[in-house]
Order: sequence, then structure tokens, then C-alpha cells
Amino acid sequence: MSELILSRLQFAVITSYHFLFVPLTLGLSVLVAMMETWYVRTGNETYKKMTKFWGKLFLINFAMGVVTGLVQEFQFGMNWSEYSRFVGDIFGAPLAIEALVAFFLESTFIGVWVFGWDKLPKKVHALSIWLVAIGTNLSALWILIANSFMQEPVGYILHNGRAEMTDFIALITNPHVLYQFPHTVLSGFVTAAFFVMGISAYHLLKKNHLDVFRRSFHMAVIFGLISVLGVAGVGHLQAMHLVTAQPMKMAAAEAHWETENPAGLVLFASIDEKGQKNTSEVKIPGLLSFLSYSSFTGEVKGIRDLQASAVQQYGPGNYIPQVTSLFWSFRIMLVSGMWLVLMALLGLYFYKSNRLDQKTWFLKILIWTISIPYIANTVGWYMTEVGRMPWIVYGLQKVEAGLSTSVSGLSILITLVGFTLIYGVLAVADVYLLLKFIKKGPEEVSTEESPKSGIKGASLWI
Amino acid sequence: MDLNILWFILITVLFVGFFFLEGFDFGVGILLPFLGKNDSERRVIINTIGPVWDGNEVWLITAGGAMFAAFPNWYATLFSGFYLALFLVLVAIILRGVAFEFRSSDTSPRWRKTWDWMIFTGSFLSAVLWGVAMTNIVKGVPIDAKMQYVGTFFTLLNPYAIIGGLTTLLVFMLHGAIYLNLKTTGDMAERSAKTAKMIALVAIPVILLYVGLTYFQTDLFGNIGAGITLLSAGVALVLSNVLIRYRKGGWAFIANSVTILLFTVALFWGLFPRVMISSLNPQWSLTIYNASSSPYTMKIMTIIALTMVPIVLLYQGWTYWVFRKRVTEKDLHY
Repeated sequence: MSELILSRLQFAVITSYHFLFVPLTLGLSVLVAMMETWYVRTGNETYKKMTKFWGKLFLINFAMGVVTGLVQEFQFGMNWSEYSRFVGDIFGAPLAIEALVAFFLESTFIGVWVFGWDKLPKKVHALSIWLVAIGTNLSALWILIANSFMQEPVGYILHNGRAEMTDFIALITNPHVLYQFPHTVLSGFVTAAFFVMGISAYHLLKKNHLDVFRRSFHMAVIFGLISVLGVAGVGHLQAMHLVTAQPMKMAAAEAHWETENPAGLVLFASIDEKGQKNTSEVKIPGLLSFLSYSSFTGEVKGIRDLQASAVQQYGPGNYIPQVTSLFWSFRIMLVSGMWLVLMALLGLYFYKSNRLDQKTWFLKILIWTISIPYIANTVGWYMTEVGRMPWIVYGLQKVEAGLSTSVSGLSILITLVGFTLIYGVLAVADVYLLLKFIKKGPEEVSTEESPKSGIKGASLWI
Repeated sequence: MDLNILWFILITVLFVGFFFLEGFDFGVGILLPFLGKNDSERRVIINTIGPVWDGNEVWLITAGGAMFAAFPNWYATLFSGFYLALFLVLVAIILRGVAFEFRSSDTSPRWRKTWDWMIFTGSFLSAVLWGVAMTNIVKGVPIDAKMQYVGTFFTLLNPYAIIGGLTTLLVFMLHGAIYLNLKTTGDMAERSAKTAKMIALVAIPVILLYVGLTYFQTDLFGNIGAGITLLSAGVALVLSNVLIRYRKGGWAFIANSVTILLFTVALFWGLFPRVMISSLNPQWSLTIYNASSSPYTMKIMTIIALTMVPIVLLYQGWTYWVFRKRVTEKDLHY
């Protein structure tokens, strides 16, 4: 296998694996911080139990996110050194800022939070988990600013054979990141919300700690509903932006081969990539124009025309990413999103009408629904990154030009196998621990049992 | 002073911070299976660094980020050149980091023992590899005219570099033993002090050997300041040994910290203004000028770093104050 394929495979493994842990960290940090804040404000021990129970699951997940994130930072230099030389002037800055502004904050205060229960006043302790939450979400902002430069280069000139930064403000207000950041962070919130809802459903089915899990569910379902609607809304705006910023990515994701006006939306298709056409398809006329421009007329360029103009602009070559896998990842993401909206609405409805505990079928579905945000996150990133191909930096550097020249295929193979093995073993240990603590449920935090209150009783949401 | 020099100094400071802080974390991790006779003792040992190790590690992440932002060619040449060595560094960091979180999450003795050895392995590997890497950077490695490393993994495993790895291993072990002496009580503190004395006995001749080899293997002593600094690191180590013997734990810790500080500064000073030395042709070395970012990026990053670093120092310092007390078995609820 070639160095290019091995390096790309390694990037895929390392990045996808890392992003299994990140979204939950983003959202659960905020949820745990909210739980502890409620505890500090009400003095209700149930909230302390919730904080500790979800906090423990948060920590197990957090550790995995931290260590796999480090590999992420190192691999640009290790496997993609020529890319690093080419964009280091721009790409390195947000990475360094991420460490200075975000990593220090989250890593320092996570220690304070874990070990500070008896050493700090309650409010300061709650503040420390908020700082962790802010740190992790800030970290997402900076890494996405870096990623957005790869998707949509801004604020640079080509000078000395590399891209050099000319406008820092343009870099951090890249239109791409203005959509990508809320879309990603809110997806993280959704992941955490359904994680909490699913596990709460498990315990509600078993009739364990009803008070803890009803409150957890209530918090999560509202948090999740707001977030998932946000994800969908921002996602739509993001897609509209991509139609002009990265037309090839969107055309491929829609299997839209021919330029049309008005353009129809292909719902499902069987795709012939070689023949550059769909052998059969289900299409709604005008809808793609509408989704792109909020109007039923408007030309949407097709893959064939985009390829032709790319050849004119950048010289001969294939500028079409893998259409079939992009088309289906996009659809899996959309269907997942719809499913999550439905679940959140049903969840809130059943909860508010006091029937949640009786709806065992719904609770069972919710347990399985924990996996849906993970699938949506993964295919979403697949679409973002594979849709950028053949570019490593859109329009500026092709992926093969970014590869390290001093690293042999054997070395890449060794590390690929090494990381995969270690990650595999860690995944087993991680899942084992998560399941163990999930099944065990919350621990009694004080000898004094708090009075069981009704579902609506002391909730701060009302 | 131009910004290139400032960023070289800043990266030096980040590595000093990393070696000083993670130095005792590594040392504590290496000593864990030997000094902790039973599970609660091992938990005491881990809890001495529990609240701080994660924040300490960020010094390395930041150093990596700073290299990338300020000297992209340094980052690119070093990380792709020292490929397999860095892979081992990453494996070590992963094992250690996860082990700290996972080990106490299950009561099975086998589970705990496994993760304890992961902590040991990760700490041991890290302590050795950083010495090997730093020594190779100062010694020079084969780099061609296009800034590409043309050696192999085994080029890095030369005798001088291995002595370098041994030096950092022993200095960090000593650092950890003295730290444990300060952060624990009773029998554990007593045993840590004893261990520190034993390690110091070996560490002193090794660091002297390292200083001697550095004289012959590098041009570091061509720079009088760097040479004197490296020698002073050796003196500080001897002093730290004397202080342990006189049962001055706090002062011994300071002396050993000074050893780490001087050692790191000496190596970076000897390197300056180069960042990677080419052993093939001095003209092909990477310097703070030919490896650097554009002046504009340097300016932006300087503003951000000069704002953020003091804030970080302030809150990290605060956490050490919060957790300043010694750890005893009574404190084990986590």
C-alpha cells in the first residue's frame, strides 16, 4: 500500500476515534455543570447525586478524549509534514492558542473538580466544572477555526512557497467556522443529551433511583430538544453556504451530476460513479434549488460542470470526491437528525404528561437511540473531510502534496497497527467501565435521604 | 530583541515547565510499583499528583503548538524525522493518562496491578525518551538541504543519546522521590527520602558522564554561557543530594528543580540560534530564522501568549496552593 493511503487511513482511524469521545465531553460537561449549579442553588442532595453519577461517566470519557487528542496534534507533523510547512504559518496559530486558552483551563480545573470536593467552597467547586465546560467548548472553537482554513482558506497570501497569514480577524471569522462551530458544538450537546436520556431510560425501566433519573431525563430532554433543533437549523444554513463555498462537496453529497435550473433534489439513487450518472433515482423537482437559495429557481452546478471548471482553473486531474459514500453519509446524517428530533419531542411530551414511566417501549427505544448521535457525528465528519478531496487545503494544496517525505510506508504501517491495537484495547476497557458505572447507578452521597418529590415539584426548569 | 528570539525563549520556558512539572509526575509514576507496598499506599502515591498531572502535561501540548505556530519547519522536520520515537512518546502518554483515570475505577487486584504497570511503563518510557530526543537535537542529526531528516530510528539510539536518556530518567526519578517525601507522611515519606538518596548516588556520576560526553560530542561548550549552565546543573544535583542527606526535603526539591531548569536551559542555549542541527552540513541546520513563521503571525502569537501565559501561571499556581497539604490514607475517597 502506498504512503498516501496508509497516512489517510491513519488519519481516519485517529480522528474518528478521537471524535467518539469529544462530542460527549462537549455536552456532558455543560450538563454536569448545570446539575451542580442546581445543587448549589437548591441544596437538594438529589442534584449532588446526579452530579457525581454523571460526573463519573464524564471523567471516564474525558480521559480518553484527552489522550487521543494529543495524537491528533502530533500527527500533522508526523504524517503530514509538508502540509505543516505549507500552512504552519496559519494553521499552527489556532492550535497553539487552543492549548494556551483552552487545554490549560480544562486540564487544570478537571483536577480541581475531581479532588476539590472537600477542599473548596461549594460555589468555587461548581465554578471549576463550568471552567472545564468552557475550556472544552473553547477548544472546539479553535480547532474548528484551524479546520475551516482547510475547507475555506481566508486571510492569507501565497508567499515564500507557502500560505502566510495576512489577516487574523478574517481567519477567526471565517464564514465556514461561523456555521461549523455551532453545528459541531450543538451536536455534542445532542450526543450528551441522548446519552443522559438513554441511561435514564434504562434506570427508569428498572425502577432505580426514580428521582435522580426523572430529573436527569427532564434536564436532558429540554437541553437535547433545543440543541437538536439548533443543529438542524444551523446545518441547513451551513449547507446553503457550502453550495457557494465548496460546490463540489455539496454536489457530490447530493449526487447532482448535471447542472440544472431549477435543480431537483435526489432523495435516493443508485449511483454509477464511472459513468458519472445515477442509474436510477427518486427526485423531487426544484427542491435542491429551494434548499440552496430558498427559492424554487436558481442554477445549481452539477459535478460534471464543476469538474470541467476545476480542470480549467487548476489543471488536469480528477476533482470529484467519492460520490456514493458522500451521498449516503449525508443521508444517514439527515435521517439520524430527524429521528433525534422526533425522540426529543416525544420524550418531552411523555414527560410533561406524566406518562414517561409507563411508556416502556419508548424507554427501550431511547436506550438504543444513544448510538444515533455517534453515527451522525461520524458520518458528518466523513462528509466534511472526504468531501474536501482531492484537496488537503481547498484549492491550494492537494492531499498527496501534504504527505511527509521522510517517513517510510513501513513506519506508517507500524504506527497505524500500533495505534489501532491500543485504541481497540482501550475501547474495551472504556466500555467495560462505562457499563459498570451505568449499571451500578448513583451512590448515596449523604446519610440523609432527601425527600422524594414529585416530578414537577422542585424542578428549576418550570 | 526580535520576535524569533522571544519565541525561542518562550519554547524553552515551556519545556522547562514541562520537565519541571511532569518531571516529578514521571518520577512518581516510575516509583509507584516499588514504593507502594499495598493498594492504599499506591493510591496515596497517585493522589499526590492526581489533581495536577493533567494540567502539567499541557505544557508539552503547548510547547508542540508553539513550535508549530512559531517555527513550522522545526515542527515538521522534528515530528516527521523522529517519527517512531514520537510514536513511542504518544503510546507512553496514552497509557499513563488513561491508567490514572481507570486504575481506581475497579477493585479487582489484577485490574489495578495492570494499570499500575501501565503508569510505570508510560512514565519510564517518557522519562527516557525525552532525554534521548533532547540529546539528539543538541548533537545534530542527518538533515539534508531540503530540511528533511534522512536518518532512521536507529540513528537516534547512539550511546551518547542513551546516556542522555539515562540522565533524564534518573533526574526525574530523583525529582519524584523528593516530591513524594514532601507530599506524604510517616513511613512513606521516610522511604521516599531513602530512595531519593539511593537514586542520587547513581544520578551524580551519570550526569557528570553526560556533561563530559557533551563536551566531546557537541559544540555546546563553544558557547561559554551554555557550558557553565550545564556544569551548574551538575553542581545543583550534588547540592540536592547533600540536602537530602541533611533531611532538608524542601530545599532538596528546590535544588533538584534548579538542576532540571539549568539542564534544559543549557541544552537550548547550546542550540541557539539553531533549532535542529544538521550533522551533514552546518549550512543545512534549521534556525530560528529559516524555520520561522511570518513576522505577522509572530506578532499576533506574541500578543496572545504574553496575555495568556501569566493567567495560566496564576491559576495553575492557585491549584498547587489548594492541594498544598500532604496526602495521607485518610484522604482517599477518590
